[in-house]
Amino acid sequence: MTKIATTPAENTRLQRSLGVLRDVMARPSGTIGLTLVACHLILAIISPWIVPYDYKAMDSLLMLKGPSGAHWLGTDHLGRDVLTRVLLGGREALLVTGIATPIAVIWGGLLGIFFGLVGGRLDEVFMRVVDAFLSLPWILKMLVLIVTFGTGIEVLIPTLAFFYGIPVIRIARAATHDVVARDFISAARARGHGRITVISRELLPNVLDTLMVEGAMRWSWMLLAFSSLSFLGFGVSPPKPDWGLMIADARGFMSFAPWGVLGPVIALSSLIIGINLTADALAKALGIDRAQKAPV
Amino acid sequence: MLMRRLFLGAITVWIVSVIIFAGVEVLPGDACTAFLEREAQGKLLENCRETQGLNRSAAERYFDWASGALRGDLGVSANGQKSISELVGNRLRNSLLLALCALTAGVPMAIFLGVVTGLQRDKPVDLVFSTTAVFAMTIPEFVSATVLILVFSVWLGWLPGIVLTSAGSPVSEFFPEIVLPVIVLGMVMTAHILRMVRSSVIEVMAGDYIQMAILKGVPYWHIVFRHALPNALLPAINVVALTIAWLLGGVVVIEVVFNYPGLGRMMIDAISDRDLPVVQAIALIVATVYVGVNLTADLMTMVLNPRLRTHALRGS
Repeated sequence: MTKIATTPAENTRLQRSLGVLRDVMARPSGTIGLTLVACHLILAIISPWIVPYDYKAMDSLLMLKGPSGAHWLGTDHLGRDVLTRVLLGGREALLVTGIATPIAVIWGGLLGIFFGLVGGRLDEVFMRVVDAFLSLPWILKMLVLIVTFGTGIEVLIPTLAFFYGIPVIRIARAATHDVVARDFISAARARGHGRITVISRELLPNVLDTLMVEGAMRWSWMLLAFSSLSFLGFGVSPPKPDWGLMIADARGFMSFAPWGVLGPVIALSSLIIGINLTADALAKALGIDRAQKAPV
Repeated sequence: MLMRRLFLGAITVWIVSVIIFAGVEVLPGDACTAFLEREAQGKLLENCRETQGLNRSAAERYFDWASGALRGDLGVSANGQKSISELVGNRLRNSLLLALCALTAGVPMAIFLGVVTGLQRDKPVDLVFSTTAVFAMTIPEFVSATVLILVFSVWLGWLPGIVLTSAGSPVSEFFPEIVLPVIVLGMVMTAHILRMVRSSVIEVMAGDYIQMAILKGVPYWHIVFRHALPNALLPAINVVALTIAWLLGGVVVIEVVFNYPGLGRMMIDAISDRDLPVVQAIALIVATVYVGVNLTADLMTMVLNPRLRTHALRGS
């Protein structure tokens, strides 16, 4: 038994993660969800090498042509290939939300755990500020910052990470309260473990479950926010392809060229549904009820 | 208890007003630089700041703005022409009309379907509606709106896909143009409430007292209506409130898609034009509505829940 590299704790943690993954995969929602998400991620990574055309190549002779052998999903109002733009249209969204989600969950989670543990006056005051932030609609908060500082990803990532971390504070705080009241925490204290040990060994792993499900859901809401911003003209700047922007552009020609709308609609919907199904399966596998939470 | 809630609500609105004011204050530029754009320099800028009263200290201006808002006076828009309260009035009414239509159609349906799916857990009915709900609540509003316009307006020609009525028109003129926006808004709302009611019904039906009633031989529908539902539906009030609050953001996109003359579209226009006084005013209104809706939900729960009611009466 001398060759075991991992400590028992790490070993069981790995086993548990694998068990959770197996549990997620065993549910129909998990299988479909993970497959959709994986397909989107793979396509987003390899799409620059497999797209048939240049995404910004315009052709005035090919404006708003229907699907054909050369252009499987037709062309848009500037004669650009829709398939190419659909394949590339999720990259920016996935990049921005893929970076912003972990940041939001980490800063919101840490602050939430901190205030959950500290409690008292400080906590009371801080929660009022959190409530105040939550009472403003997301679109207003974000648009004001974006209009002031510009629409690049260097603005979008911190903006999304900041505003989407605020509701995480509440979730993490509630989860902390929930865990702290359990017997195993008292047991660990009674065993004489220090505060740091109790927090890192007993509290964090339990709060982490909630945060993982929360993270998956934040991700889908961020995508929703990102594509809505793009749709409104405050996200990705043209000629870069983005699903929200493509839908906004193609809407005007919808009556005679619906293919321009359908491609990005299906791509965006399948990704968001995939993430949600995965989050659902993950919540069930970890035994967390997520139905009661409305997005903020 | 009751007073405490009201007090906390008021505190939240106050903090929001400070955040809004400070936020606009911290951002580079002010109402005058935004209004004058490139000509914002020298004498012109100073004159503008003089007439808008931007030369006074921030605290003074905050006090002015906040006390004005309390009296229902939200100041004037950046170009200094119109009173914001006047501009906002009709828009707010239109947005509330949209929300109210969606609520009256969506909430009863959501509660009914939530109860049915909860009682029929994992049966075909449940699977169909729960899955549809996931789709409805996760797909962005602009996507479902676009698809609905494509199907019902472009292909079938049943309903108008765009609202052409102007902001000040009487309510009756918004029909039938308002139908599609209401459907989109109602769909998202129904989905959220349905899922909440469903999980609440499942939880209550698994409770000991329900098992006890079943063992005692109480008829099934008696159990459902007399024992389970009153307990299962109470939490739904808060979810309805949360959903309404969240829709204040979603409604913006819907208003833009359908060209609906509501508060949301006004907000987008104001932000694009950098009309900061209008942005501030709308932010304050929306936040107040949010706090108010949540407060109402808390009060309703308190009144309808016998346990909380006695507690509240004794406590206060």
